[in-house]
Amino acid sequence: MNKLENNLTREITVVNELGLHARPAAKIAELAAKAASNVWLIKNGEKVDASSVIDILSLCGTKGTRLTIQTERSDDKIILKQIVDLFEQGFKEP
Amino acid sequence: MKKVQTDASEVRLHGISGSSGICIGKAYLVDREGVDVIKKYAINSHKAANEINRFKNAVSKAKNELVDIIKGLPSDLRQNAYILETHLLLLNDKMLHGKTVEIIKNESVNAEWALKEATTQAKSLFSSIEDPYLKGRSADIEHVSNRIMRNLVGFKDVNISGINKRVILVADNLSPAETSQIQLEKIMGFITDHGGKASHTSIIARTLEIPAVLGLGSASHIINNDDIIIVDGMEGLVIIHPEEETLVEYDERIKKYAAHKAEIKRTSDLQAKSTDGKVFKVMGNIELPEEIVTVKDHGGDGIGLFRTEFLYMNRIDFPDEQELFEQYKEVVELMAPKPVTIRTLDINGDKEIYGAPKTKEANPVLGLRAIRFCLKNPDVFKTQLRAILRAAAFGNVRLLLPMISGCEEIQETYRLLDEIANALEKQGLPYRRDIHIGIMVEVPSAAIIADAMAGLVDFFSIGTNDLVQYTLAADRGNRHVDYLYNALHPAVIRLIHHVVVAGNKNHIKTFMCGEMAADIMNLPILIGLGVDELSMSPQSIPAIKNMIRKFSVSECREFAAEVLKKITTEAVMRLIRDTYGNKLINDLKAEKE
Repeated sequence: MNKLENNLTREITVVNELGLHARPAAKIAELAAKAASNVWLIKNGEKVDASSVIDILSLCGTKGTRLTIQTERSDDKIILKQIVDLFEQGFKEP
Repeated sequence: MKKVQTDASEVRLHGISGSSGICIGKAYLVDREGVDVIKKYAINSHKAANEINRFKNAVSKAKNELVDIIKGLPSDLRQNAYILETHLLLLNDKMLHGKTVEIIKNESVNAEWALKEATTQAKSLFSSIEDPYLKGRSADIEHVSNRIMRNLVGFKDVNISGINKRVILVADNLSPAETSQIQLEKIMGFITDHGGKASHTSIIARTLEIPAVLGLGSASHIINNDDIIIVDGMEGLVIIHPEEETLVEYDERIKKYAAHKAEIKRTSDLQAKSTDGKVFKVMGNIELPEEIVTVKDHGGDGIGLFRTEFLYMNRIDFPDEQELFEQYKEVVELMAPKPVTIRTLDINGDKEIYGAPKTKEANPVLGLRAIRFCLKNPDVFKTQLRAILRAAAFGNVRLLLPMISGCEEIQETYRLLDEIANALEKQGLPYRRDIHIGIMVEVPSAAIIADAMAGLVDFFSIGTNDLVQYTLAADRGNRHVDYLYNALHPAVIRLIHHVVVAGNKNHIKTFMCGEMAADIMNLPILIGLGVDELSMSPQSIPAIKNMIRKFSVSECREFAAEVLKKITTEAVMRLIRDTYGNKLINDLKAEKE
């Protein structure tokens, strides 16, 4: 496994009203599945696979939750950025 | 489920009303048998690859089915498609797909058993989640797993879309995928063993305006295909094999219901304007956010009384600000720009609330309730007031204080409101402090010094149920004195008159919420006394609006002047009968027929 670099990790906050429910989870998983390496979501030390909808849902990311997104290869930085954007836009929910 | 066997043939089942309406038709069972019983058997380790292939085939079949369902979705259900799209992703999810393959390999078991194990594990991840919405997502895993399972065991998929006659759908439970497969014009009603008012099936049924009775326990085991059944969505009742008499009775009811609905639709949205041109606002009383739909359907001009006790009941702690805020915001946004009158917590003797006085009071209705409880527990009160001021930023909110008996209580509440507004300002949260603030006039002392109170508030709302009981010192629940309980007692009428006059002098409006406002017979008096706005249970709105259109304010004023001269309840009632009896009663009859 590649050595983890600092810029392969991003901190975000869940801002949308409903939190990480099925639809946002599906959007994240879709992106994470395209990554060459693993993409992880970390909440209070609990680490789940971002390509699994079920795993993401089980994190219970309600509004206001702080999460770390982590990937393992610099090739996947674009995907990392895209996922961060999704969070920041509140998954484009009204 | 309560089951009442009336005779050998007719069976009545009681469940939860998911959507109102009545229908008579033939049952169509959505059969799910064969999915629940999963056998476990060992697989030769060199045959594991075959087993994995069998599983993958079942998944890809499930995927095709879902894609077809999404494509064929009627446009009115398109917004539900995302649930099905999530299901598509779940089909390939590592936790489900990957895990099943792993179990087949490692444990040398059949695919069905492995899938069941993986599903159970995935679902167990959700059991510790507290957020109710996210917790509910475990049902999605179940639906997806069932879909794969049906393909694995070779059980034919439920093909609801193939129904070729109008039927009543009977099922254990309907998944979103199944409900979206339905050719809606072929369904007359829904019956399910599980689910409640907030379930997907209920929501669909209400959107389609067809009856649904849910939570029947085992209806799908009792009912056979093509059985004649009656679904009474109003009563939450299902009648299997109805007798001739019952059929005739319900046939009649269906006609009445249709006529009634048509009548409501025609006129309830129009404003209630008297013959001489005064427009009265007729509002709805609600307890749950869901009731807004009923208020809107019945032409309500807003919410005149939003009782807020519900969120405080049946729980061990007090609701937090966010929970209250979200509920109020939902109601306010749905109703905007029409007003929502939020009454602050009115606990009383018959409602069990956490933190409420544990020691039994000898006279709870004269005890520590409503505003008295709130001012004694400022933290509880402030949490609610904060939520209300915040929700006010999203629409038209009025604040209503219950059980006010003196001006000090109003002044103290204002002090709290200012404190809260300052805090919200500092926190930078959106809120409104300049909302209309009114009091319930239900304690005689408040009515008597209404002139003093009018200078402090923006409106009065007369709560007749308590005002009558306190004025006459008669508990209407006590059958020995309930003959005394009458809203038409001259003392009550004079108090109402006094309150309206005090309001007029100070240029504030007087509203009425309470059963007196919903009774057609009282309408000429209330109009005549000068009550500006009426609020009642949503179902009463159309009839009251309809009746207002038949009166003139000036005529009612003269009538009210006569009423005020009467010295007994009996004399008041006689005067109403003699003056308006025919007009009111004929209309009542017409309303019902």
